[in-house]
Amino acid sequence: MMNHSQPTGADYNYTVVRQFALTTVLWGIIGMTVGVLIAAQLIWPALNFETPWLTFSRLRPLHTNAVIFAFGTSALFATSYYIVQRTCQTRLFAPKLAAFTFWGWQAIILSAVITLPLGLTSSKEYAELEWPIDILITIVWVAYAVVFFGTIVKRKTSHIYVANWFFGAFIITVAVLHIVNSMAVPVSMWKSYSLYSGAVDAMVQWWYGHNAVGFLLTAGFLGMMYYFVPKQAGRPVYSYRLSIVHFWALIALYIWAGPHHLHYTALPDWTQSLGMVMSLILFAPSWGGMINGIMTLSGAWHKLRTDPVLRFLVVSLSFYGMSTFEGPMMAIKTVNALSHYTDWTVGHVHSGALGWVAMVSIGSLYHLIPALYGHGRMYSNNLVNVHFWLATIGTVLYIVSMWISGVMQGLMWRAVNSDGTLTYSFVESLEASYPFYFVRFVGGLFFVAGMLLMAYNVYKTVKAPKDSLTAVADATPA
Amino acid sequence: MDYGTAQGIITIIVMLTFVGIFAWAYSSRRQKQFDEAANLIFSDEEIKNKDSGEHN
Repeated sequence: MMNHSQPTGADYNYTVVRQFALTTVLWGIIGMTVGVLIAAQLIWPALNFETPWLTFSRLRPLHTNAVIFAFGTSALFATSYYIVQRTCQTRLFAPKLAAFTFWGWQAIILSAVITLPLGLTSSKEYAELEWPIDILITIVWVAYAVVFFGTIVKRKTSHIYVANWFFGAFIITVAVLHIVNSMAVPVSMWKSYSLYSGAVDAMVQWWYGHNAVGFLLTAGFLGMMYYFVPKQAGRPVYSYRLSIVHFWALIALYIWAGPHHLHYTALPDWTQSLGMVMSLILFAPSWGGMINGIMTLSGAWHKLRTDPVLRFLVVSLSFYGMSTFEGPMMAIKTVNALSHYTDWTVGHVHSGALGWVAMVSIGSLYHLIPALYGHGRMYSNNLVNVHFWLATIGTVLYIVSMWISGVMQGLMWRAVNSDGTLTYSFVESLEASYPFYFVRFVGGLFFVAGMLLMAYNVYKTVKAPKDSLTAVADATPA
Repeated sequence: MDYGTAQGIITIIVMLTFVGIFAWAYSSRRQKQFDEAANLIFSDEEIKNKDSGEHN
């Protein structure tokens, strides 16, 4: 049983967890809707309404910032604050500072929502926000680190559970990445120039970019996985030893993989080859985590039939396994020669972003929200199930259409006639991509539709009378 | 010591560190400790709901 027989929040600080959990749903809907809008703009360019702040170039960074830093990072705040309290069996350290991280983070998101459509950008991918916002991010992040590590210091248990190791690595590394990559010389309130230039700038940018993937979008969400998968399955993680080995291997290797974003550029050749080899080795610890999560269900596979929440979590791990196989493969220089700058990259990102990051967050929230409000389960398990299928079908439509479109683009761009001239113009490859852009748009609609169902389900769960939602014995163990 | 030798030594140190972590994690002496650690996620419920007869 969940602790629904107990007044929840009596022992732990759930206020900030609830705030972050609910804003995760809100920002998920907004960020993904902007994504669907820009997907539609690629088919129907008139949808920018000839308005500068609605153009693809300004909304695309708004979409990426909203889904990564508003949706994804809010989910990480919520789950890390919850897990660190429950596995350390103590209340959050510095509750006022924890409240500051919530309001500070929302202020950062709102400033992104205002400045990005205005065209105020440092033009560094996934680090577009200008210097005043960067400073605010640093302050909030340091506060986050103080709250998180302070809670670990005052823990009542002797051991630090593995999920907290992943969250800890994520918090420290993101601080380092953000500070180093955002170093800039401000020339006015909303304009700055990076401290780096040329190939060094590119290398720093993708050292940041790939480790944002490795530590924010991977290590953080693995922390989530190491708590919610065993918890929802009602059994301890498959191999605690494997979790330790793959943790150290993952964090030691990820930091080297950035150069695979810069194959065949001005970056020195040896750096490109190093990045490629390190990306290939990274396959091992990635699959270590995936196997550890999925095998936690060994002996309890039947629970997948009845529990849509567990299904979300396990399918997210399958997408994680798939995209961490695809990633190393795309990092091979000869494969990258075909895939780079095509829609294949976009498909790969979304197999990780929708399939892994979003689905593991959604599954975790479906476990977390009833627990936070003293219920045994969500208002409607059927709606969770419908959401599961909408999310899965949406993700598959998205990635399959981008695979086909991407490989086709790569082949068309490299095709040459016998006299050495290009067979196709760029516009011909663009025209050939239109049907796939439409399928991608439909996939995005499926995913957003699922999020809207989630919002309704969450609303009904939060508003449900006390003790009205008791756990289904079979579906919600532990 | 030239640059190449230094790099070689660092590579060996990093490799030995990894082997050390592996040996530490898989040593049979730590079996019980890790079993307890893996069950940590269930133990706070026993503290809070002693009356519910909860196990894992």
